[in-house]
This record gives sequence, structure tokens and C-alpha cells, in this order.
Amino acid sequence: MKTYISPALKLSLILLVILSGLYPLAIAAIGKFTPGHGDGETVTYQGRVVGYANIGQKFTKDQYFWSRPSAANYQADAGAGSNKGPSNPDYLKDVKAHIDTFLKHNPDVKREEIPAELVTASGSGLDPDLSPAGARVQVARIAKVRNIPAEQVVKIIDDNTENPLFGLFGPSRVNVLKLNVALDEATTK
Amino acid sequence: MNTEYIGIIFMYLATVALAIPLGKYIAKVFNGEKTWLDFMAPLERLIYKFSGIDPNREMSWKQHLKALLTINCLWLFYAFFCLLFQGRLPLNPDHNPNQTPDLAFNTALSFLTNTNLQDYSGESGATYYTQLFVFMFLHFVSAATGIAAMMVVFKAMRDKIADKLGNFWDYLVKSITRLLLPLSFVVAVILAFNGTPTSFKGKDTVITLQGDTTHVSRGPAAAMIAIKQTGTNGGGWFGVNSAHPFENPNYVTNMVENISIILISIALVFALGYYLNKKKLAGVIFGVMTVGFLIMVFPSIHAEVNGNPAIAHLGISQPGGSMEGKEVRFGPAASAYWGITTTVTSNGSVNSMHDSMMPISGIAQMFDMMINSFYGGVGVGYLNFYIFIIIAVFISGLMVGRTPEFMGRKIEAREMKIASLIALLHPFLILVGTALATYVLVHFPNAAWATKPSVWLNNPGFHGFSEMLYQVTSSSANNGSGYAGLTANNIFWNVSTGFVIFIGRFLPIIGPVAIAGILANKKFVPESAGTLKTDTATFGIMIFAVIIIVAALSFFPALTLGPIAEHFSIK
Repeated sequence: MKTYISPALKLSLILLVILSGLYPLAIAAIGKFTPGHGDGETVTYQGRVVGYANIGQKFTKDQYFWSRPSAANYQADAGAGSNKGPSNPDYLKDVKAHIDTFLKHNPDVKREEIPAELVTASGSGLDPDLSPAGARVQVARIAKVRNIPAEQVVKIIDDNTENPLFGLFGPSRVNVLKLNVALDEATTK
Repeated sequence: MNTEYIGIIFMYLATVALAIPLGKYIAKVFNGEKTWLDFMAPLERLIYKFSGIDPNREMSWKQHLKALLTINCLWLFYAFFCLLFQGRLPLNPDHNPNQTPDLAFNTALSFLTNTNLQDYSGESGATYYTQLFVFMFLHFVSAATGIAAMMVVFKAMRDKIADKLGNFWDYLVKSITRLLLPLSFVVAVILAFNGTPTSFKGKDTVITLQGDTTHVSRGPAAAMIAIKQTGTNGGGWFGVNSAHPFENPNYVTNMVENISIILISIALVFALGYYLNKKKLAGVIFGVMTVGFLIMVFPSIHAEVNGNPAIAHLGISQPGGSMEGKEVRFGPAASAYWGITTTVTSNGSVNSMHDSMMPISGIAQMFDMMINSFYGGVGVGYLNFYIFIIIAVFISGLMVGRTPEFMGRKIEAREMKIASLIALLHPFLILVGTALATYVLVHFPNAAWATKPSVWLNNPGFHGFSEMLYQVTSSSANNGSGYAGLTANNIFWNVSTGFVIFIGRFLPIIGPVAIAGILANKKFVPESAGTLKTDTATFGIMIFAVIIIVAALSFFPALTLGPIAEHFSIK
């Protein structure tokens, strides 16, 4: 063993410098040239930073598109999923409660129109997105509360829908924060 | 829905298309041939000079293992003490506390062994120092350790000179400078441009559009996430791993990360073909692994896309499949695909919460880890597979009445003993470990620990049992993914899985290296009509049968008590 300790020590030392020091510093330097300058990309509304584009936030007020339920209550320093198993009776009660709340606030929506994502928690607890269906099912409520035509709300959804990559890969999605900022912009004169 | 399927098919095809040239490249690197990354040579010379290493001094298999164990021992102590005192070390902008001794024990072992079971959460349980100088460092060197051990076996199979099996330090360093570092660099840059943070700033406080206050954890995550994937490590920057929107911001990063998860593992199979000049043998191995992989992928995707029948009964629609624990930007298909790729390799990063997946996915994921050699972890996946080859050669040799030989060497009692012990170690660790946990839970639910066993589980019934089975399986397979509902940061789980992880890593490295070394020392038996051909489809089926029989017989009863029972009871 003895003959190996000295090279092992020195090798570890120099690898620490290269791998843990120089490599992340190089990536940090390159990160300066990215859209968020390596700090994470923010969204601004009326001169105020209202959040990070990629990090979902809580929307529970009726005039906004709701985001998905979150096991972490959208606390972005403690993301978490519910980790409830699919057959857990308590979990199914939670989902049922989410459905009832949604139906109460969206009386025009039929039960079978609610997409599962609106009543289930995401993996990170910080899911920034909805599917276009998850946004559309909320149009009637928002149009009524904001007193604007439904077509205008639908158009905002369409404008903010991100299609699959190259039209080929993955699902379509809508960023809820950007959607709600667009909504506020459209209705404040 | 179609775009979700196309996304997955593309990911798999792109992985194989990249793995073939990468495998050829890896073989060239370890053959000492010219490659386009030769500009790294001065850096390597500097490393060797500083460390006092002569990369041309060849070692025997025992010397290799001594070097491997010495340096791993060193890393273990270094990691353990850094974690114990991380609160006082530099680069801690969020003022996170020290890890407790049992957590530091578990975490240090877990990262040392390429497992990355994380009983802490990155946002609050680690500092930027420990993330970069302990976790990311171990990401690189633990992956390189696996590749180096595998190279010893490759070299023993090819050159058959037992005391000249190359230099361990050379294999270790070249795995990093020629493979892991350049690949991670590329992946990290792609992540950075798609929104993963790279700067050293601490938490940010934001008032949201609706008026709530939230704190957003950040940090130089891109560099670490890249090597976490390419090195089949899996230990992420944030607690929820690649489900976190900073860690995996969109479908592009999801594809890049998911390809990285299995790229090197597949490439190493092709590297074997090029290095030994036995392309047919590599083809057989790749074929067996791929069949095993695909058998798991299809049912899991099908189950997730079809959604949860219990949710369907509540009367809502599931156009996006089962969405509990999943992210909208990935969808159920890509989440299921990731779940399988991360468990066939020993990666263990997740982009959805496995605990909330359908029981069919649970069966597939646990079975993958129980077999642990369909592609497998970088380097070690092939070592596990090598054990199965040895057993298959021996059994089929006896079946058809031919001398069991592999690569011109007779396989005899000593090698078979080692191979059988290693093959049985994995079921032993998993089943005994789970049995112990279940026993403690049932008989001492109110034991006077900080965390009582009665609150371990997040789910009742069969699924609760699955949470424990998954945790021990993941530890023994050095995978690191988890049914995260299990309350694992307590003395029982930290210590028990710590030992399982440790044994489950080093014995399966020592065994195959020893076998290869012993075989290389034997007299060469030229191939004759009596030799069992190992590079045929028939032999491939034989290996597959051995794997399935060993795994099925050992694990089927345990799986029956967990996910299989849950599958049949869910309505």
C-alpha cells in the first residue's frame, strides 16, 4: 500500500485543482455569455423582477392562470414532489380535493375536461409549465373575472405556446409565468 | 402524443449512433493510438510529473487493485471530513450547516462508489464547496475508477500477460482527460445556454407576480450536472435532481442529459469490440443488453402514457398520461424512458419522481437494478456482465460436454467460485437488507431514534414495501435513484445503505479483475473443434437465460410483495 499513497495523494490534489477548480470556473466564464448570464434567466414586469422564467411559481388567484399543485408550495429553495404512490388512498383523496376546488372556481368546466396535470403535483414542485389544454380549460374563468373576451385569452395562450422541438420532439407547453405576465400586459392600459 | 414517441426513438438512435464512433475512439485512446484529443497530452504529462507517476510502468492485477483501493480509501476520508465540517469551509453563501456523522458517512460512501444516493437535499444539505470539491470531484474519479478497472479486464483478455496489465494511474487519468472531461464540458455548455445556472451567486429572493415571496436556490450547477450524467453518477445539484427546472430546463437539455446517461456505457461495449478486435463478441454483448433494455422500456412507457386507473375513476381526463411526479415539459413517455435508462445504467438521476410512477414502471426499474448489467454503469456494467459471461460459459460448457473456455483460457473451479460469489452477493445484499428493514419496521416501530421507524414510509401497503425494497436495491446496484417518499436521512438508513453501497461496489470490482488476472496467467488453449463458440447468437441467448434465471429466481418473490401486488390491486 505504501508505494501507492504518495502518488495517490498528489494525483488527487492536482485533479482537484483541474476538475473542481478550473473546470467549473471555465463553465462559469462561458455562462456569462448566456441569456441569464449564468444566474438564471429572470422575467420582468413593469420594471420589477417577478420571477425566473424556468422556475414555476404559485398562482392561486382567479384572475391568473393557475399553476399545477405543488408538494413544495413553490418554495424554490426546497423543491419536492409528493412522492405519493398511485394506489395510496390518502393521495387519491388529495386529488379529489383538487378536482373539487377546481370545479368550484370553474363552474363552466365539466369534470371530464380537467386534464390530470391540473390536479396532480409535479416532480420538482416547481413545474413552470402547463399543457395548452391545461391553460385552455381555465379560459372561461379568466375571461369572466377580467371581463375580457374569451377569444383574447385564447390568443394569449396560442401566442405563448411553445411547440415541440423542431415540431418533432416532446410535448407542447405554455410557461405559466409568461402567460400571466402577457395577461396582465393585455388588460392594464 | 406522437411527438413524445418520436422524441424517445430519436434519443435512442442518436445514442447508438454516437456510441459506435465513441467506442472506437476509446479503444484508440487506450491503445495509445493517435486521436484528435492529443492536445491533452501536455496536461497529462504535467499531472504525471506532479504526482511522480510513470505511466509506462505496467502493473499486475493485484497491483492494480492495491492502487485502486488506496486512492479510493483516501477519497473516502477526504469526503467524509469535508462533509462533517462543510458549514465552516469556504463557498457557502447560503450558510448551510454541517452534515451529521451518519449522513456524512452515507453521502461520502455514496459518491465515492458512483452511487449518489442522496439522503440530503442539495439546496440545504450541501455547500458550493462540497458540491464542487467533493461531489463533482468524486463524480469524475469514481467513473474513472470504473473505467480503469474495466480496462484491466480488457487488457487481460487481449494480451494475456498477467503481470503487464497497463498502469492504473494512466487508465484513471486518461479516462478523465480523454473522455469524461471533454464530454462533460460540451454537455455543460449546452446546459448553460439553455438556462442552467453557472455562477457562484447564492439564493435570490423574489416577490412573485401574484405577490408571494420565494427564495430561489442557484449555483454553479451546469458543470456538475454534465458529469453527473456522462459518468453514470446521478447525484444532482438540486434535491429533486433533473426534474428541477434549473437542472433540466427544457426538452433539449432532457435529450442531451438522457443521451449522456447511457452513451459511455454503450460506447464501452463497442470499445471492447475494437480493442480486442472481437467485433462479433461485442455485437453479441450489445444484442443481449439491448434486448434486456427494450423489454423494460416498452411496458413502462405504456403504463405511464395510459395513466393511472385510480385517477381515471375520479372522472377526469388524462390526455398527458399519469402526471403525478412528472413535469409538463417532458411528458410521461420521456419520463418513463429516462426512468429505464437511469436504472439499467447505474446512473440514478431522475427527471420524475419514481415513487409516484405506475407499479409496472416500478417492476421494470427495480428489475433493471437487480440485473445491473444491461449496459450498466460506466466500466462496472461490463464487469458485472463479465461475471455472467463466465457463468454462462461454464454452464453451457457442461451442458454440451465441452471444456468451458473463454478467450483461450480454461475456466476452472477457482474462477467459478469467485464468479458465483459475486453473482450471489447482489441478491444477498438486497434481500437481507430489505428483510432487515422490514423486520425493524414491524417489530420496533417506536424505537427511540430521532426518526421512528413508524414514520419511514410515505405510502401504505404494497407500495410502502416497495419504497424499502427500492432503496436497498438502488444502494446495492450503486444506482442512487430512490423512492423519495422514504424518510432515509436517519441513522438506520444512512448506516445500513452505507454498508450495502460499499460492499456492492468494491467486491464486484475486485472479483472480475481477479478472474481476468487469474485467467491471463493460465496456459493458452488454442481454439479447436471442441471449443465452445462465445461470439454467436446461441451463446447470447445462453447469457440472457443465465441472467434472467439468476435474477428472476432471486428477486421474483420480493417483487411480488411490492410492485407486482400493487399492480394487481390498483383499481
